[in-house]
Amino acid sequence: MAYQPIAIQEPAPSPATPAPATGRAAWAAGFVRIGAALSSNRKAVAGVLILLFFTVVAIFAPLIAPYSPSAEAFAPGMPPSSAHWLGTTSYGQDIFSQLVWGTRQTLLIGLIGGLAATALSVFVGVTSAYLGGMPDHVLSVITDIFLVLPALPLMIVIAAYEKGGGFWVLVGVIVITGWSFGARQLRPQAQSLRNRDFLESARVRGETSAHIIVFEVLPNMVSLIVAIFLGAALYAILAAAGLQFLGLGNPEDQSWGTMLFWGQNQEALMIGSPLWIIAPGACIAALGAAVALINYGVDEISNPALRGRKRKKKVYVVPNP
Amino acid sequence: MAVIIRRVEFFLITLWAAVTINFILPRMMPGNPAEAMMAHFQGRLNPAALHALEVAFGVNTKETIWQQYVQYLGDIVHFKFGISLSNFPVPVMHVVMQALPWTLTLAGVTTVISFLLGTLIGMIAAWRRGGIADNLMPPVFVIISALPYFWLGLICIYVFAVTLHWLPSGFGYDEGGNINLSWTFIHQAITHAILPALTIIVTSIGGWILTMRNNMIGTLSEDYVRMARAKGLHPMRIMIQYAGRNAILPNITGFAMALGFVVSGLLLTEIVFTYPGVGYLFLQAVAAEDYPLMQALFLFVTIAVLAAVLLADVANALLDPRIRAR
Repeated sequence: MAYQPIAIQEPAPSPATPAPATGRAAWAAGFVRIGAALSSNRKAVAGVLILLFFTVVAIFAPLIAPYSPSAEAFAPGMPPSSAHWLGTTSYGQDIFSQLVWGTRQTLLIGLIGGLAATALSVFVGVTSAYLGGMPDHVLSVITDIFLVLPALPLMIVIAAYEKGGGFWVLVGVIVITGWSFGARQLRPQAQSLRNRDFLESARVRGETSAHIIVFEVLPNMVSLIVAIFLGAALYAILAAAGLQFLGLGNPEDQSWGTMLFWGQNQEALMIGSPLWIIAPGACIAALGAAVALINYGVDEISNPALRGRKRKKKVYVVPNP
Repeated sequence: MAVIIRRVEFFLITLWAAVTINFILPRMMPGNPAEAMMAHFQGRLNPAALHALEVAFGVNTKETIWQQYVQYLGDIVHFKFGISLSNFPVPVMHVVMQALPWTLTLAGVTTVISFLLGTLIGMIAAWRRGGIADNLMPPVFVIISALPYFWLGLICIYVFAVTLHWLPSGFGYDEGGNINLSWTFIHQAITHAILPALTIIVTSIGGWILTMRNNMIGTLSEDYVRMARAKGLHPMRIMIQYAGRNAILPNITGFAMALGFVVSGLLLTEIVFTYPGVGYLFLQAVAAEDYPLMQALFLFVTIAVLAAVLLADVANALLDPRIRAR
């Protein structure tokens, strides 16, 4: 038996999948299926709408924000007014403008950190399942080690040696600590596909392992990969916010995490500017909830057991640093 | 037995990995952080302490990296973590030992409360499918899982300490208080711990509820539950002693896995509440570039998590004969 020190609820291999499509068409079909399922799920639609809202804000930040986010141009510590919807910081910056500009980096970290961590999960999880034997054993042990190593302390240590990392340090730290969760979920799914006939026929055709993995195996796991990406993106957003809050990001960056850092640094709660801290946290929570809601919808495709006559409710436990 | 031996093996491998990460990171990072730290503390340390640091972080040393590694492993085995630079010349172990009881108490009490409460709620939610607990829980849990834990702590401070003045906003006891076993001190310690504990419980209880509920739904469809119903046993007895009792085991393992995340939440909560435990000390060590202290704390937290995972695995193997048979 393979090395299994930790029990995770493994997704049931889908028993009645129709003859799987292969190649590029399969990728397209997978995403179309997800899109269709998402649009018919109320919760997922709500999540997508919130995400769209933040995306629009991020893209059009220069048009939406009334002032520069960093200019210390106003009276410090003003309460909310028609000129400053959320008041000003104790440096005299406009909080609403900071919030709007901060959307950009926060979304970008979620996207890039999530994609990079997912790529590593897919690489390790699927390679491990596909190769089997000794490589599988070694990769599984490595995955389990990273799964139990406490993520936040490890992130803090790395970021501390880097002395306040910017964007790419945050992404790197997120990938190192965040890939194992997905790899652990992908491996059993890939294993269940491994001995199916259509892969055997590809092998007989003489396709290379890389080709089989990319064009035959992965397209049949699209929904799980998307679910893992959403989990990783949520993890990235929360981890980046946490590190920046602790002062381990670049304090000059415009993001919700650095807003929280400066707010806490200036004791915003005590001096009567609570919105400086409440607003960015609420935005992170809304964005996180959007991602979690979409995940809800995707989960129903990746796990056929949840569909059917009476739908069972199931929620993923998403890692929260 | 084979299962337990395998778990202990994994414990040792992971422990070795954590120690090795500690060793490699400062040597691997660009810009040589250790050298910068030494420059920072130059003149404030005596030559012996400086030499010990040079050996520990591989600066200005003529030894090969393998000799350094062997020596490092030897030091760790003997709990020699060196001197804490920000509390010079107090040894790292001494500083850690002062913070440890705070964290252990907070973590222990909150874990027990959230386990008992979460398991109970999960059990009831599964028992009454479609009831209030069952319908309300998933959406609430989705939102809580998306909250930054430290932000929740900040909100608690704002509401209960700053606005309502019900509870103190931080630290482990009143300013100027002495640490002793008098009632005044214990009372202080408890009032200061309520808000951090609340934050940790709210953020960690969801995992317990959810796994318990999912397991319980499984056991409720088992034949022995139907049998118990047919016998006309009291519903409470079926819920707790038949279905609940069998659903609780996987809960322990499932949570052992999530423990790393609970620890992260605990550390952040301590930092937000300036609670005098390991998490707050960790941040102080990072801020002061006190790398020996930081390394030791990373190792201690990792060992704590690994030990808890091992404990859960062993408990499971002892309690569940099916696992032993595998």
